Amino acid sequence: MEWLRDGVRAVAVPVLATLVGLLVGIVCIVIAGKDPVLAAKAFYRAVAGEPRMFGNVLVSTTPLIFTGLAVAFAYRAGLFNIGVEGQYLMAQIATVVAGVYWTPPAGLAWLHPIVALAAGALAGAIWGGLVGILKAWKGIHEVINSIMLNWIALFTCDWLLKYYLRPDNSRASTYDLQPTAWLKQGLIEGSRLHTGIFVALATVVVVWFILFKTPLGYEIRAVGFSSGAAEYGGISVARALILTMAISGAIAGLAGSVQTMGLNHRFNETSALVGYGFDGIAVALVGRLHPVGVVLAALLFGALDASSGLMQAMAGVPKSVVSIVQAAVIFFVAAEGLWSFLQKRRTKKEVTTA
Amino acid sequence: MTVGFVTILTTFIVATLRATTPLLLAALGGVYSERSGVVNIALEGIMLTGAWGAAYFSYISGNAWIGLLGAIAIGVLIAALHAVASIKYHADQVVSGTAINLLAAGFTEFMLNRVWGQAGGSPQVASLPSIGGLNLSIYLAFGLAAVSWFVLYRTPWGLRLRAVGEHPLAADTLGINVYKMRYAGVLLSGVFGGLAGASLSIGLLSRFVDGMSAGKGFIALAAMIFGNWNPIGAVGATLLFGASTSLSTIFQLMGIQNIPTQFFNMIPYVLTMLILAGFVGKSVAPAADGVPYKKTT
Repeated sequence: MEWLRDGVRAVAVPVLATLVGLLVGIVCIVIAGKDPVLAAKAFYRAVAGEPRMFGNVLVSTTPLIFTGLAVAFAYRAGLFNIGVEGQYLMAQIATVVAGVYWTPPAGLAWLHPIVALAAGALAGAIWGGLVGILKAWKGIHEVINSIMLNWIALFTCDWLLKYYLRPDNSRASTYDLQPTAWLKQGLIEGSRLHTGIFVALATVVVVWFILFKTPLGYEIRAVGFSSGAAEYGGISVARALILTMAISGAIAGLAGSVQTMGLNHRFNETSALVGYGFDGIAVALVGRLHPVGVVLAALLFGALDASSGLMQAMAGVPKSVVSIVQAAVIFFVAAEGLWSFLQKRRTKKEVTTA
Repeated sequence: MTVGFVTILTTFIVATLRATTPLLLAALGGVYSERSGVVNIALEGIMLTGAWGAAYFSYISGNAWIGLLGAIAIGVLIAALHAVASIKYHADQVVSGTAINLLAAGFTEFMLNRVWGQAGGSPQVASLPSIGGLNLSIYLAFGLAAVSWFVLYRTPWGLRLRAVGEHPLAADTLGINVYKMRYAGVLLSGVFGGLAGASLSIGLLSRFVDGMSAGKGFIALAAMIFGNWNPIGAVGATLLFGASTSLSTIFQLMGIQNIPTQFFNMIPYVLTMLILAGFVGKSVAPAADGVPYKKTT
């Protein structure tokens, strides 16, 4: 029964934090002078109204699984990958290059999606790995460099788009990917759900395997637990830091690739960072840094994201409420001391059972 | 070349001082917080909400000074969230800061819509006066840097604040209230973050623009590290970043146009990374920076 109680405890904090976060959202809706009941109805309709609606929830969930995994993976080594945003953008551009300019040889069309995904993962790994190298070599906190690289990625992508990757200057997006590089849509009729969801679920399994079944995963978790002890135990902390950031970046990159290959089939001009990385942080924390938890949390935030349009249309709820809810959830998961009453009850129980 | 050298130089200096001001104010806020031992990446969000608060209070009162006070109040309020989470509830300070940054982005967007019923930015509001062609906020930033240096290095209170960030247990043994000093450090960073925001919305401009902090809070943190967690060092570091930001204006004035604008936009961020990579070994963070203090009694 011990494992059950541990499980309940592990789930209690994110669930409570999510409830408090939703409460904050309801307060915002009331402050905005809108009807929370109508908003809830809109949410329900957007999530479970029709099969195609649920398909759209899964469309929103797909990138969140990747970004959540990327943040969770790095966090296991004690690294805060706030650079998912930049890794995502660089991967999108790399995928566009592979999807537009490379034509697979006859009969090998199935290779195209794999190459396009690999290009994105590689770009993300370089962008993330750079942060890891600077951390291991110079001891610079990963947060500052990640954020700088987010902005550098934004301007790099904008430059590549405007100078090299678009057919003419009036177009606000790159060339379209060749159809051989697309991930097929139409898994649920009427929704844009594409096979990227399978790539996401496969990545979940791979990440779980790396973290818990390989020596590398053991090293990563040891470094996260105590880098001093890990070093003393013969683990190369520098190597673990660099590999962790590179793998985390590759996962974040896959998010960008899958979005490009499954939904837009091109890279659209963007003038600001849009927050994929922040979404990933919320998903990773609520998912308790566990691959399975990440999938569940991604579903939750995917549902919020997918319903925000209908909530705005039906109940007039501003989209910014969704980011406020996310922020509140992260905040309440992070402030672990806030939930110490759960801990106290545990110690009491332990005393009585002993 | 049609523009004279003196004009270019003057433009460059003015543009540099303008770009430096919000960075310097935020960096000073970072110095107070991190000297007391609390990492404050929430400065970005504090700055953004401060900018909104300044515009809001200036808008409803028609008085920029009320706006300035409003920015400070909002800044302190947001900083208090970070303080309570990281000091009282031992939250991971980087995660708490990130949550606040996200909250700030959502909150300001929400309020922009709520107050002015429009996205993108606020209408024109009253702004702080200029003296000798330079906005008051510029003098404020440099003046406060000098005051901060004096407070931190020449007063007993400053010594206590630094002690708490270096070795909280020793400070506690000597009867210094670690929690109180850390609250003071973080709340002061709220004051400065709020001022930095005000300098953006009602100092250098006279309106709030959605997302106007645009990563400046993070650049300020890098400048604080580069400036060795010292107010005077922060002046030098932020001036360098300010100068790099104003380069694009100058190059345009000089008629250099065939370099993609994206490269100019990248300069401050690339420079931050290069400087940190080259100098970080030479600056030393307060020993207990980022480590929650749990009193053991």
